[in-house]
Amino acid sequence: MKPITIIPVAIFAAVAIVFGVYLCQVGPGGKDISQLPSAMIDKPVPQFELPPIEGRTDGLKTDDLKGKVSLVNVWASWCPPCRVEHPILMTLARDGVTIYGINFRDKPEDARRFLDQLGNPYARIGADTKGRVAIDWGVYGYPETFIIDAQGRIRYRHVGPINPGQVDSIIRPLLKKVAE
Amino acid sequence: MIARLAAVFLLIASPALAVQPDEILSDPAMEERAREISKELRCLVCQNQSIDDSDAPLARDLRLLVRERLQAGDSDEDTMEFIVDRYGDFVLLRPPFKTSTLILWIGPALILIAGILGVVIWHRRRPATAVSTSTAPLSVEEQAKLDRVLAKDSDR
Repeated sequence: MKPITIIPVAIFAAVAIVFGVYLCQVGPGGKDISQLPSAMIDKPVPQFELPPIEGRTDGLKTDDLKGKVSLVNVWASWCPPCRVEHPILMTLARDGVTIYGINFRDKPEDARRFLDQLGNPYARIGADTKGRVAIDWGVYGYPETFIIDAQGRIRYRHVGPINPGQVDSIIRPLLKKVAE
Repeated sequence: MIARLAAVFLLIASPALAVQPDEILSDPAMEERAREISKELRCLVCQNQSIDDSDAPLARDLRLLVRERLQAGDSDEDTMEFIVDRYGDFVLLRPPFKTSTLILWIGPALILIAGILGVVIWHRRRPATAVSTSTAPLSVEEQAKLDRVLAKDSDR
């Protein structure tokens, strides 16, 4: 066999390996290729000031996110994955993690009922009724969760519900790391 | 009658637009700019449609945002940049040319060049063996045999 005849075989093998590795990464339990890297990582949180959900008294603004490590969770009562994720936020809040909420395009009475029924893990909540602040955060799926460091910079973005495994494998280690 | 009606409806039918009537700006020139910008921006929910094509709520929000920026006096480039700042380069349906996208842009050309080179090399090597056997002169015996066959053929 001449060396040149090996070249096509070698190219095929290389392509097959690259495709194979990639295919093994995606799929159930693996990497979700529809998840996008955030353009906001390591940038300060956008300037915003949101009123409270009607009937409540908190609200959320940029300055609230400075001073300590926190999670910012974008949620809505109409979003089924947000319901799935909710118990996990409750657990994190019980463990002393500060979680702020951005209530996205929700009806105030629905949002209040959601919190009454399932509990309120949020230290403060801002109501983004027009969805404009969510765009400033680069949000495109719900729920989304951001980890903010004490300087008020975005350090991590999680698209979709945080599942129980990811709390221990991603969220807690990152919170620890960011706090250092 | 029905056939004629159907023909008329077919003629006046136009593709359904995702853009809602209440989004359209009163200034036609600005609306045209907004449409052109919208066609360049990816809907992040559907990921293979532009926001101009998509019915997703986020696409609508972004269309309104584009129009708002234009009305505020932003240029087309400023408006695009405003969205890219928030969603990253992925939001552009035509990726920009820079180091991180180099493979994307140059890859196909490189593969084409590699292919051409391969064909050229393969072609150069072949004559060395193929031509020499095909042009070897016939022996006297073979020539005689060939003449006989050809003569037989023309008799028919």
